[in-house]
Amino acid sequence: MTVVKQYTDLYQQAKGLIDKHSAHILNENREAAYTLLKATGLPSTSCQDYAHTDLHAMFAPDYGLNLNRVEIPVNPYEVFSCDVPNLSTNLYFLVNDSFYSKQGPAKNQEEDIFIGSLIDFAAKYPLIAGKYYNKQAGKRQDGTVAMNTMFAQDGFVLYVPKGKVLEKPVQLINYMVSETDLMVNRRILIILEENTEAKLLVCDHALNDANYLINQVAEIFIAENARFDYYELEENTRKTNKVSSTFLNQKANSNAVVNGVSLTNGVTRNNIFVTFKGEGAENHLSGIVIADGNQKVDNFTNIDHAVPHCHSNELFKYVLNDEAECAFAGRIHVRQGADKTEAYQSNKNLCATDTVKMFTRPELEIYADDVKCSHGATVGQLDQQALFYLRSRGISEQEARLLLMYAFSADVLEMIRLEPLKERLRMLIEKRFKGELSRCRGCAIHGNAPSEC
Amino acid sequence: MLEIKNLHANINGKEILKGVNLTVKPGEVHAIMGPNGAGKSTLSSVLAGNPAFGVTEGEVTFNGKNLLAMPPEQRSWEGIFLGFQYPVEIPGVSMVNFMRAAVNEHRKYKGEEPISASDFLRLMREKREVVELDNKLANRSVNEGFSGGEKKRNEIFQMAMLEPKLAILDETDSGLDIDALRIVSEGVNKLKSEDNATIVITHYQRLLDYIKPEFIHVLYKGKIVKSGGPELALELEERGYDWIKKELGE
Repeated sequence: MTVVKQYTDLYQQAKGLIDKHSAHILNENREAAYTLLKATGLPSTSCQDYAHTDLHAMFAPDYGLNLNRVEIPVNPYEVFSCDVPNLSTNLYFLVNDSFYSKQGPAKNQEEDIFIGSLIDFAAKYPLIAGKYYNKQAGKRQDGTVAMNTMFAQDGFVLYVPKGKVLEKPVQLINYMVSETDLMVNRRILIILEENTEAKLLVCDHALNDANYLINQVAEIFIAENARFDYYELEENTRKTNKVSSTFLNQKANSNAVVNGVSLTNGVTRNNIFVTFKGEGAENHLSGIVIADGNQKVDNFTNIDHAVPHCHSNELFKYVLNDEAECAFAGRIHVRQGADKTEAYQSNKNLCATDTVKMFTRPELEIYADDVKCSHGATVGQLDQQALFYLRSRGISEQEARLLLMYAFSADVLEMIRLEPLKERLRMLIEKRFKGELSRCRGCAIHGNAPSEC
Repeated sequence: MLEIKNLHANINGKEILKGVNLTVKPGEVHAIMGPNGAGKSTLSSVLAGNPAFGVTEGEVTFNGKNLLAMPPEQRSWEGIFLGFQYPVEIPGVSMVNFMRAAVNEHRKYKGEEPISASDFLRLMREKREVVELDNKLANRSVNEGFSGGEKKRNEIFQMAMLEPKLAILDETDSGLDIDALRIVSEGVNKLKSEDNATIVITHYQRLLDYIKPEFIHVLYKGKIVKSGGPELALELEERGYDWIKKELGE
């Protein structure tokens, strides 16, 4: 409990300061979150859902929090410049957990589409902010989510009103930069009203040698007939730990793609909750994890088929090397009456050495009669026959291993609906396997960070 | 070119080859025949360097170099090619990437620059014609979804791409219909020259009607127990292997 106490105490002391640098809608949700966190604490490893991520160890160090919103003297637009062929995005930044508002893309989208800071959104659209903010996260009895709600002061909002289509993908770069150890509580809110369309690419980057703890909550609301793509790429430092909870609420006939690629991190825990609220909705959820050294990545997914005629398709692939220790848990819940549900889940893992650990827990709970569901998980090694076949043609052992590891993970990319991104990720993953991707190579999508970093 | 002396090899501790001796010179075509379980595939695997097999005794030199000390990839660079009895399917690795990687590693070994994109495509096209391999197959993942005949043709296609000095074809005829057999054999014959050699491992005479070896060897219980000219193959076809067993006093 002492681990949590340092945060709840801090909140009690700094309440006024936190509120001062935030918005009303965020402030009015803090007390309930504080009460929940104080009562439940952080889940321990004896809780089945967190068996493989030690939150107490993760939150124990004394990180600094920038509650006074001291400005970081950096212009991310100068650090990142776009060089992806054929991918043009509208680019935004969260520096640590503050929205960077001094510069932004030229306003080429329609007036009433909002892309910007949570504080500004709450001021401009107080009713909409109040209707959606914390409406999914607030229901979750998880200390990490409560802690985020308790501390969050700003964040990123994408709001697409009825009938609007955002042609150009939006890109958000989460940029961690600090000289000293830092914890951030990052908040993302995405609202797509009826008959809308948008694509968001979120890239995580961390600079400097500090220890970072990222506690992120993303709430995504996809209304009837809306279509949303959400891509997340994690390329942090190995001293960056992250807990992230992403909530998707999908109304009738909505369609979502959610894809996460974890390339570089310390310890990462991703929670993804998908809830179908209307019939005919579709969700395609996928992830690639490439972990070596002593990286840890733990993906926990929960898909709630609460209504009939929805379709979910889930594929996660992991490649583990060295001493990496990873976990996957996938729960599909088909509720009573959710007939004609189609739900498929697959988790495949490749262990390149015998010193890695992989824990996988596919779960399917079906309470409806007329459904098509499947789930499966495999943990295996590189195919020795294939390795010999490649080597017998003159491909060196090292190169042959890379080819096979790459081939293993590549089919997840087929679930990505943004062609240039797919190409870029293909290249990045190849580089990652070859060990050519260091954090100093800068942003995956937007060119190069300064070489001196 | 290839000199095998008293080769002993095992898999999982079980001895399969029990003293094989064989000499192959440039320009020669040899056939190794024998009943199931004689050690034919083991011999080809050991020559190509499959790490699943262990060599316990004997030596193999290839153009004067100690072959057994080389990893499989180096044997390939030195000019050994194994046509697999069961070509491996590798989902996610395209034929194009596979062959480009292989060709470039061969070039690197010879101290040459990587092949240009246009030269590579030209080479692929040219070599595909040797075995009438469809362009569609060349764009797919390695052997994935190929029919039995396509897989074997793909083996000969790879052989054409890599231009080995010694090709070892392990039961390339198994599972082939008569047309595929003709295409594969014609491919092998087209690639034959005075400088390279071929070892054909087979069960049956029928492949030898197309690829005409000068030397026939019978491998039985891990040893070459009889060698002869083309007439030996015909005799085996007619009389089976029993008479050899009798000759050996079994």
